[in-house]
Amino acid sequence: MPAPSVVRGTPFHERTGPLCQAGNWRRWAGHLSASSYEPTHEHEYQAIRSACTLIDVSPLHKYRLSGPGAAALANRVVTRDVDRQDIGQVYYTPWCDAAGKVRDDGTLHRLGASDFRLTSAEPTLKWLHENARGLDVEIEEETEQVAALALQGPRSRDLLQRITDGDVAGLPYFRVMSARIAGIAAEISRTGYTGDLGYEIWVGAADAIPLWDALNAAGAPFGLAPAGMLALDMARLEAGLLLVDVDFIPAHRAVIEDRKSSPYELGLGWTVSLEASNFVGRAALRAERARPPAWRFRGIVLDWDSLEAAYATVGLPPQFPGTTLRDSVPLYAGGRQVGYATSRGWSPTLKTYLGLAHLEAESAVVGTELEIEVTVEHRRRRARATVAKTPFFDPARKRATP
Amino acid sequence: MSATNAYDAIIVGGGHNGLINAAYLARAGLRTVVLERRHLVGGAAVTEEIFPGFKYSVASYVVSLLRPEIIRDLRLARHGLEILPLESTVTPLPNGDYLGRWADHDQTRRDLYRHSPKDAEAYDDFATLMYRLAWAVKPLLGIVPPDPLSPGLRDLKTLLMLGRHARSLDEQQFHALFKLGTMSAADYLDEWFESDPLKATMSASGIIGTFLGPRSPGTAYVLLHHYMGEIDGVFRAWGFARGGNGMVSESIASSARSHGAEIRTGATVERVLTTNGRATGVVLEDGEELTAKTVVSGVDPKRTFLGLLDPEELPEDLVEAIRRFRIRGSSGKVNLSLSEAPEFSCLPGGGPHLRGAFSISPSMDYLERAYDDAKYGGFSRRPYMDIVIPSMIDPGMAPPGRHVMSIFVQYAAFDLKSGWDDAKREAFGDAVVDTLSEYVPNLKGAILHRQVLTPLDMQEQLGLTEGNIFHGELTPQQLFFFRPSPAWADYRTPVRGFYQCGSGTHPGGGVCGASGRLAALEILRDLRRRPRGRP
Repeated sequence: MPAPSVVRGTPFHERTGPLCQAGNWRRWAGHLSASSYEPTHEHEYQAIRSACTLIDVSPLHKYRLSGPGAAALANRVVTRDVDRQDIGQVYYTPWCDAAGKVRDDGTLHRLGASDFRLTSAEPTLKWLHENARGLDVEIEEETEQVAALALQGPRSRDLLQRITDGDVAGLPYFRVMSARIAGIAAEISRTGYTGDLGYEIWVGAADAIPLWDALNAAGAPFGLAPAGMLALDMARLEAGLLLVDVDFIPAHRAVIEDRKSSPYELGLGWTVSLEASNFVGRAALRAERARPPAWRFRGIVLDWDSLEAAYATVGLPPQFPGTTLRDSVPLYAGGRQVGYATSRGWSPTLKTYLGLAHLEAESAVVGTELEIEVTVEHRRRRARATVAKTPFFDPARKRATP
Repeated sequence: MSATNAYDAIIVGGGHNGLINAAYLARAGLRTVVLERRHLVGGAAVTEEIFPGFKYSVASYVVSLLRPEIIRDLRLARHGLEILPLESTVTPLPNGDYLGRWADHDQTRRDLYRHSPKDAEAYDDFATLMYRLAWAVKPLLGIVPPDPLSPGLRDLKTLLMLGRHARSLDEQQFHALFKLGTMSAADYLDEWFESDPLKATMSASGIIGTFLGPRSPGTAYVLLHHYMGEIDGVFRAWGFARGGNGMVSESIASSARSHGAEIRTGATVERVLTTNGRATGVVLEDGEELTAKTVVSGVDPKRTFLGLLDPEELPEDLVEAIRRFRIRGSSGKVNLSLSEAPEFSCLPGGGPHLRGAFSISPSMDYLERAYDDAKYGGFSRRPYMDIVIPSMIDPGMAPPGRHVMSIFVQYAAFDLKSGWDDAKREAFGDAVVDTLSEYVPNLKGAILHRQVLTPLDMQEQLGLTEGNIFHGELTPQQLFFFRPSPAWADYRTPVRGFYQCGSGTHPGGGVCGASGRLAALEILRDLRRRPRGRP
């Protein structure tokens, strides 16, 4: 038997492969994922904000929880209160270890009273089984069986409505419905990782190519274009959305304690329902709630004039990254390091240099003046930055239901 | 007269510069009103739905070097401005081939190489030199032109800064700068390149808005302007505004209103009121009077000095200089509503090239001949065209599956020998469509609606004297401290309290906005107000 290939294409690869003119692939959970399709990614980003795009998100881990104990399992794992989740509702949620440190984040789709789909960045099957002890629940990994395609952008609704028999236009933000798209059975959720109007479409892997073709056949009038990870990374930064392994380290992968974060430290306090049934980590989080967390996760906005001044010292115009940077850089207040920025990048839409940062609580008040390390012609300098609220970009169309 | 008609500042004309000026003045706390003749603001930067469901950027169709500091100061992104990239320029050729320049360096290089391996290399060298020059010259865009003949203290400081700046140029840069200031685009490009379509297409940026051909001296300078945008690359100061160019104006208007400025449309200013050589307000066409100690004109220099004021109030030499100021219109505009996507025979089918610009400039002779037609009082039978298909970039500009096409056309004389009339306008439109059809076979069959603007239409409909899109040609003798006239290039006028902020002042040209901003900063200086009053 030949050795299995290390990386494989997703169920859409037969179509996405030839489209990737840039030859710019990366790995995502053992799958090939296009960084950009076109030679440069700028149009793909703009299409997310002004037209609509297809983003292959099939490498997400997906699990189906079903049976009488499904809701109880979900409630045990995620920080949100599943008892209050409507059928057809989607929760964005983290989940924690016993110490209340975030292992991962994802979405929990309640497809039926006792039928859930959980998506995650990290493999989560074992964790689910460990927490299912004593519960009558079936846990099925469907990562390979379910293909997932994000359709994101302001024209996505108009496009999707044209080729589906369901009332997509009436689907509210963070809700999911079953419908047929050009005859293909699918779940459509009003979710995404762009902070824009958009949907994620979940179909059986065998239906991936027909789905892709149906969307593309109808997509041209809506400016539909495939978009890769570089464009997505810019959009998610504007939306202030966390990226695993960049903005936080999964607690169970952290080598040292300092790398772990609680939901409160990641700005996810709103997802923690301490009144809910006894989810993993609740006791620790309740204790943490009693005293304010030492760290906060915030947006930062870099000051143009000070960047310009920093570059002027070497006779250059200010230089800005064309992609989202994922290396951590120090942040200072009053000459002392008070945190670090984990994602940084230029927002073409807001015309602002943005970042996501971990900050000591006392330096995390919105409006606080900081300094950020910038490297100008090989030399370390500092530029001004201000603590800001996220999301940076939050168009009404994201949530609006006409 | 009611007390509500008393303002601190009145801006005449709601074009983008007038709006920017108003936004900065209002931001500093002045009670400001903008008076716009038409029913919508924007001047030449407007989006109008003339044919139902199809939106035209009627006149101005791209954002050209909109100053990043204006985008920042006025928070235009938050007021709805989104600039989408125009990534490529394709020049279709009569032999069915094309020359393309693309967002991707390798792609451009490969395309140029097909036409000339040497040019592919020279192109990068040229770009490097232009980038360095643009970086050296760029500070000029942000300063008030000094008066070199009777300099004040600040003028001296500026001149000293410019002198130091000039000294920082190396020999190659200095020579290039001098050549760009004096040569024709054709001659200068001949020094660099051998491919005719490449030279022709590059030279086109030097002739836009001027009544000159690519072989006329003085056209080389504007080549440099193109590279200014590279410096602000990340800002995408060059591109296509989502929703059309009217969104540029709307976002500025929204910002101005958020700072308290009032914007009145349907308000035609008849003239500026003065007492003892000082501006006191304006009177509208319907007789209504508005008072303010500061009156700012965003309209072109001819209208500012010869229309809004009585020339009796101005020094003779200024009146003469303004009369001589070259403001000859040379361009027209054709907007099309299309039932299907245009298909270029050089690149059949769809593809990313449709999101970029198309330049009908196959050779230098072609452009020069197009000029010849207009030089003797006609319009080009086979014109130069700069074409974009906004609905390809922003699908919201047309119903799904349909498209709008914007065609900038040069040349057309303002004072057509036989005079413009409806038949001539349509003949001009036909020349455009016929020429383009040679490259786009499905064009004629796809046209649902056609709007044709001649230079005369631009004057009558948009208020641009002689239809000049830049409020005066961008040639070296009309730039910097000559714009619009020596001694009055600092946005002031001989009438105290009366200022100019339109494109006819430094640096002018395109939807750049620097004139409106710099004028506002000068006004605030005179008023001893800090630029940033209310946050």
